[in-house]
Amino acid sequence: MLLPTQSFDAVIIGAGGAGMRASLQLAQNGLRVALVSKVFPTRSHTVSAQGGITAALGNVDEDNWHWHMFDTVKGSDYLGDQDCIEYMCQMGPEVVYELEHMGLPFSRLDNGKIYQRPFGGQSKNYGTGGQATRTSAAADRTGHALLHTLYQKNIEAKTTIFSEWYALNLVKDREGRIAGVIVLSIETGETLFLRGNAVILATGGAGRIFQTTSNALINTGDGIGMVLRAGFPVQDMEMWQFHPTGIAGAGMLITEGTRGEGGYLLNNQNERFMERYAPHAKDLASRDVVSRAILVEIREGRGCGPNGDHVLLKIDHLDPKIIESRLPGIRTLSMTFANVDPEKEPIPVVPTCHYMMGGIPTNKFGQVLTMTSSSQEIPVPGLYAVGECACVSVHGANRLGGNSLLDLVVFGRAAGLHVAEELNQKRSQSIVPEEEIDKALTQLNRWNNTNKKGERVADIRLELQKAMQLDFGVFRTGKVMQEGIEKLKLLRERLQHASLTDTSHVFNTARIEALELDNLMAVAIATAISAEARKESRGAHSREDFKDRDDVHWLKHTVYFPDDKISYRPVNMKPLTVEPFPPHVRTY
Amino acid sequence: MVITATSLGRTGLQDWLIQRVTAMVLAVYSAYLVFYLILHPNLSYSAWHILFSTSGMRYASLLALVSLIAHAWIGFWTVSTDYLKPAFVRLPIQVAVILLLLGNLVWGIQILWGI
Amino acid sequence: MKFSIYRYNPEVDSKPYMQNYELDLTKTPAVMVLDAIKLLKAQDETLSFRRSCSEGVCGSDAMNINGRNALACVTSLSTLKEPVVLRPLPGMPVIRDLIVDLTNFYEQYKKTKPYLQNSQPPPAKERLQSPEERAKLDGLYECILCGCCSSACPSYWWNPDKFLGPAAALQATRFILDSRDDATQDRLAQLEDAYSIFRCRSIMNCVDVCPKGLNPTKAIADIRDKLIEDGV
Repeated sequence: MLLPTQSFDAVIIGAGGAGMRASLQLAQNGLRVALVSKVFPTRSHTVSAQGGITAALGNVDEDNWHWHMFDTVKGSDYLGDQDCIEYMCQMGPEVVYELEHMGLPFSRLDNGKIYQRPFGGQSKNYGTGGQATRTSAAADRTGHALLHTLYQKNIEAKTTIFSEWYALNLVKDREGRIAGVIVLSIETGETLFLRGNAVILATGGAGRIFQTTSNALINTGDGIGMVLRAGFPVQDMEMWQFHPTGIAGAGMLITEGTRGEGGYLLNNQNERFMERYAPHAKDLASRDVVSRAILVEIREGRGCGPNGDHVLLKIDHLDPKIIESRLPGIRTLSMTFANVDPEKEPIPVVPTCHYMMGGIPTNKFGQVLTMTSSSQEIPVPGLYAVGECACVSVHGANRLGGNSLLDLVVFGRAAGLHVAEELNQKRSQSIVPEEEIDKALTQLNRWNNTNKKGERVADIRLELQKAMQLDFGVFRTGKVMQEGIEKLKLLRERLQHASLTDTSHVFNTARIEALELDNLMAVAIATAISAEARKESRGAHSREDFKDRDDVHWLKHTVYFPDDKISYRPVNMKPLTVEPFPPHVRTY
Repeated sequence: MVITATSLGRTGLQDWLIQRVTAMVLAVYSAYLVFYLILHPNLSYSAWHILFSTSGMRYASLLALVSLIAHAWIGFWTVSTDYLKPAFVRLPIQVAVILLLLGNLVWGIQILWGI
Repeated sequence: MKFSIYRYNPEVDSKPYMQNYELDLTKTPAVMVLDAIKLLKAQDETLSFRRSCSEGVCGSDAMNINGRNALACVTSLSTLKEPVVLRPLPGMPVIRDLIVDLTNFYEQYKKTKPYLQNSQPPPAKERLQSPEERAKLDGLYECILCGCCSSACPSYWWNPDKFLGPAAALQATRFILDSRDDATQDRLAQLEDAYSIFRCRSIMNCVDVCPKGLNPTKAIADIRDKLIEDGV
């Protein structure tokens, strides 16, 4: 089929922090950039990030990026690639200063420097010097401030923005290089082939595979789905972070910054229970540690509320001025969603699915990696991935708070730089066979021509989310997961026969939700199969039948292929310039 | 920056200031008249005539009249640009109102200096 | 709970109409308006609306709820009289159902050059800004561009192309008051005409409906004060 075509130097899918940092890098280099987003850019999920962006500025306390690197490696439970972690932590201060120069309204210290707060898993002097203060913040709206700043700079740089266009599938040229992407206008229903010498995926997370999540409704793993449909693998999909403090019953996030500012958790005995689980870091231990502790407390009958199904986050001992200046957003959130004014009473909280550590495997330039039949890693020509949808891997098995915003800007920028450099080598436009376009359109065509009597998208989605919540939550066991995989495979089959009753063109959000469910399904199955296969506990992946970390057999990345096959690749333990950090027992 | 042709001031800031200054002039002038009327409950034509024969009162009245016209024009211009969308309707009505207001000015001067 | 929802699909309907829906809230938990319309969409997938974060920070689901502009995700059902009447934001072209065309709204935002301008080369580290200078941006930078304010503003209804509207005016102020921005004079010069901000008649509907509790009317007054300070 012949489609209307527009050509750009680079096409970026997703206008969150990573996508817009990449587009800005390219547009400022004078390149023609198409930025495609299924929502208006400032509605991307980066906007919800609260606490801050971690980088060793040392504005409050002595600090250096080596310590940040150590903390990140340890936080990842040694599954993070040390060359990439080194790059990210070393670049940290530079990219934060860049954001400040762009106009991001950081909160300030009395000396006029950027305000920083302590966050979980941060230490001085390689874990021996006590709590570090490393997370730069704009009150508790850092993601909002960052996203708006990047959008504003993209307006200045004249990036071409395809707002409310949905990316369907990648298109390859005759040589197998990624040549562009098919996009669908949500407003009009028209399809378009966006050609680009590089395609950068920045489609964010997929927390909507779970029933309770802090993620936005748009976080459906579209990039993961696209990559799998194009025949490439994804990595470490079993690693999902459950944030310790989601509002009980609602799932909205209460930033780790509340604990950074001095808040702490209580059980129904009024006990500050984190002292038992993490004697040194206490409430500022790593997120996986705190989430498990909360669930153990609840399971052992020390949960709060009439059903004993949550714990309490206490900040009412803090100066109201601190709450109003540093945590105004979470105060509003608690009052809206928990009916609790945190200045007066503690907030009911429970762990909630928050972040996908796994994703599309990339190197530190954002180039997407695939594996040949002989297990050799090679970059996919023309394809990049950045942000939460990518697995660089800098977060390994558990991400530290404040490292996601850093990841977005460091690797968004790095991919932009790499694409710009690659484009210097002039390349003539390759030929895209018509069959490739047709192949990329099959998914859409299927939904446009469904049997009207099939199951509803909403019903299958709900079943998928329930299965993930029950069988692949914080604590996992082999038997339950095997049952879960069977459920999911059945659901995947049922999805093939699901129907869409609304086949209109103008703003057909039902069709978008159907397309998104294809992606959620792909993410859920990849998660399930990867999780069942990893027979150890590491970071966020916590198995009751294999309670310990097993570095001899499992210090490796899971690689899941679209045919449900699993393979593994080694973790990079060779930093670029510093000494490696060998695995140690992880305590806080 | 939106360009305007029939507004009184060159900028919105000027219009805004003119409207506030003229409002003050009108307030003072009206307050004086009200005060005067209260002090003279059985006002005769001759007393009224004498009041307006002083040049001070004549200039004050002229100032008030000019203020009223400027104030009215800014107000009318704003309302006309809000509600009269086609220019071919708006312009003739604006011209008519301008002529009416200028006519009032000339008439007012005639009255004040014809006393 | 009873709902009456504005429906219009340009491909099918010659004109908009109100459709009644009912939800049994004892069977399905719904706290906010967004929860309810998500459940209604599960019954009737043709019902269309925008949504994303569900916690009041992305600004997608602004709509007119019982006559008042608000975000569906932070409007509690328990505060509403039945039937709950949902309409698209007023004064903007309707694309479909509860979805309006925000193009003009975004154009007005872009007109204010909403990005930091500083002609000096940046220092090696951050530009310094005192907490007091930074405090001037509070109440301005938090805007989520939901459109509740501008779509409640009669001045914006009458002159959407010339009057910036409260949201864009707020952003203009955010950069004028930022101690790191040195294009203040150019910015002010762009705003002194009779429309851009001076069409504000202090009706204060914007302040009344802003889901983030911001005050665009005051922001406009701040610009006017700056213009007066500079211009007399």
